[in-house]
Amino acid sequence: MAKRDAANNGQRLAQVRHVVLILSGKGGVGKSTITTELALALRHAGKKVGILDVDLCGPSIPRMLNVGRPDVHQCDSGWVPVYTDAQKSLALMSIGFLLEDPDEAVVWRGPKKTALIGQFVSDVAWGELDVLLVDTPPGTSDEHLAVLENLKKHRVDGAILVTTPQAVSTGDVRREITFCKKTGVRILGIIENMSGFVCPHCSECSNIFSKGGGEELAKLTGSVFLGSVPLDPQLSSSLEEGKDFTQLFPDSATFSAISSISQTLLRSLQTA
Amino acid sequence: MARGLPKQKPIAGVKQVVVVASGKGGVGKSTTAVNLALGLMANDPSKSVGLLDADVYGPSIPKLMNLKGNPELKEKNLSTLPGLTSDCCEPLTFSSSLPPPPLSMSMGFLVEDVAPIVWRGLMVMSAIEKMLRQVDWGSLDYLVVDMPPGTGDVQLSITQNVPIAGAVIVSTPQDIALLDARRGAEMFKKVHVPVLGLVQNMSVFRCPNCDHQTHIFGSEGARQLADTLGVGLLGDVPLHLNIRETSDRGQPVVVSSPHSPEAEAYRKVASAVVQRLQEVHP
Repeated sequence: MAKRDAANNGQRLAQVRHVVLILSGKGGVGKSTITTELALALRHAGKKVGILDVDLCGPSIPRMLNVGRPDVHQCDSGWVPVYTDAQKSLALMSIGFLLEDPDEAVVWRGPKKTALIGQFVSDVAWGELDVLLVDTPPGTSDEHLAVLENLKKHRVDGAILVTTPQAVSTGDVRREITFCKKTGVRILGIIENMSGFVCPHCSECSNIFSKGGGEELAKLTGSVFLGSVPLDPQLSSSLEEGKDFTQLFPDSATFSAISSISQTLLRSLQTA
Repeated sequence: MARGLPKQKPIAGVKQVVVVASGKGGVGKSTTAVNLALGLMANDPSKSVGLLDADVYGPSIPKLMNLKGNPELKEKNLSTLPGLTSDCCEPLTFSSSLPPPPLSMSMGFLVEDVAPIVWRGLMVMSAIEKMLRQVDWGSLDYLVVDMPPGTGDVQLSITQNVPIAGAVIVSTPQDIALLDARRGAEMFKKVHVPVLGLVQNMSVFRCPNCDHQTHIFGSEGARQLADTLGVGLLGDVPLHLNIRETSDRGQPVVVSSPHSPEAEAYRKVASAVVQRLQEVHP
C-alpha cells in the first residue's frame, strides 16, 4: 500500500514543475498574504500556479482568494483542486475545504495532523502546474515535518522565508533557517514584509515594525534577500474582501515590490 | 483512551493561571502577555506575578524582556529532555534599573538562539509539563501564560494539565485574524476554560508627522467579535512605534514609558482582567 501510495504521489505531482514552501518561524508575518500575492503575480505573468494551504488551525487562503466554501470532489487521480477562475490558471487546495463548519476550531494533536497532511500532499490531482506554492503554519512542528516527508518523493525546489523587520520576528526566522539547513531544504530567499508604512495623508514613512531586519538576517545567514514589501492598508483590505490586489492596484509600490520578487523567484527556479 | 491523559492538577503555590491566546499568529500575544504581567504588578505592587512562555517553537519572551542566562538547577532529580542545554528549574530574575520583572520561564532560555525546536507533539507535551510542574514558581498570585498561535498540542496540553482561571484572546481588527481568534475562543469553550474577554490590538495608527489616523488592519472588528461571543472587550491597544521599539530593546512599554498612552492601555487591560477574574471566580 505504501509503495503504491508513493508511486501515486509521484504521479500526482509529476506535472508540477516547481514546488516552493513558504515558511516562517514567526506567526503573523504574512506567509498567507505573500503566498496569495506571489501566486497572483505569477499568474499575472502567465504561469499556471497552485496553492496548497496546510495551515490546519488557521487556513486563510480560501478567504483571501474569495472562493467561499466549495465542495471538493474526487476524480480517478485524487482530490480535484478548486480553481479560482474559468481558465484554471490558479488552483487551490486548503484544509478549510474539508471542514464541515469553517468556524470550527481544529483542535488536533500532532499525529492526526500528520495523517491529514499526508493525504493532502499526496492525493491532490494538480495536473500541469508551473509552480506549486505551499503555505505553512508558523513554527517547526508536526505539520512541517509531515509536508517535507511527503514531498520528499517529488523534488522541493526550496523555501521562501517571510519575516517582518523587528527583532522578535527575525529571531524566530533565524531558527527556521537552521531548520531548512538541517532538513536539506534550499533557501530561495528571505522576504521582509510590513517593511515601512507610508501615511496616505502626508506620505511620511514610519517604520512601525522597524526596517531592514530581514535584509540583515539575509546577510547574516548568507541567504538571498528577495525584497521588501511595505505595510499597505489597500493590500490588507483587498485580502479582507477577497479581491485581486494585482488587478486593483497594479501601479502601487506594493505591487511593484511583489512583482519584482516573483520575477526573481522565477529566475532562481529556472536556473536551478 | 484511559491511559495517557494527564490529570488536571493545580500548580503548587500558584493562585490563578491566566492564558493569553489567539488562534492567529502575530497579533501581539507575547507583547500583550508581557505588558499584562507588568501591568498587573504596576497596578498592585503587592501581587506576585509569573510569566510562562509556552510558545515552544517561537519563544519571544526572552527577547521582549531582555532576559538571558541559564535557569539554575536545584537538587531535585529531573530527567533531561533531549536538545536542551540544561534542566529547567528556577525561573529567571535579573537586576536592572527597571522595576523587577515577573519570574519567567521560556524554552528560549534552554536552547540556543538559532536552534530550531523541531519536535513532534509528544515531546512538546513533555516539555510543557516540565515547564509547568518542574519550575520553582514559589508563591504567585497570577501566572500569565503566553500561548503559541494555533489550536493544537500546546493548548491541549496546558488546558488538560492545569486548571485555568481564564483566557485572554488577543486579535487585530482584521477579519482574517478574527476568524482564527474566534476558533481560539471556541476551543477554550470546548475545554471549559472561561474566556475573560478580547483585547483589540494594533487598532489604529496615528502618523507621528501629521497625526492622521489610519486603520491599517481594519477597525472595530474585535469589538464586534466580542459581542458575537458574548464576552467583553478588555482593552484596545493602538499600533504605536513605541511599543515595537521598546519590545525590540527588551524594555516593555509598561515599565519603560509608564506614563505613555500605550502603557496606560495595557494597565487598563490588567485591571479589566482582575475584575473579570473576580466575576468569574467569586
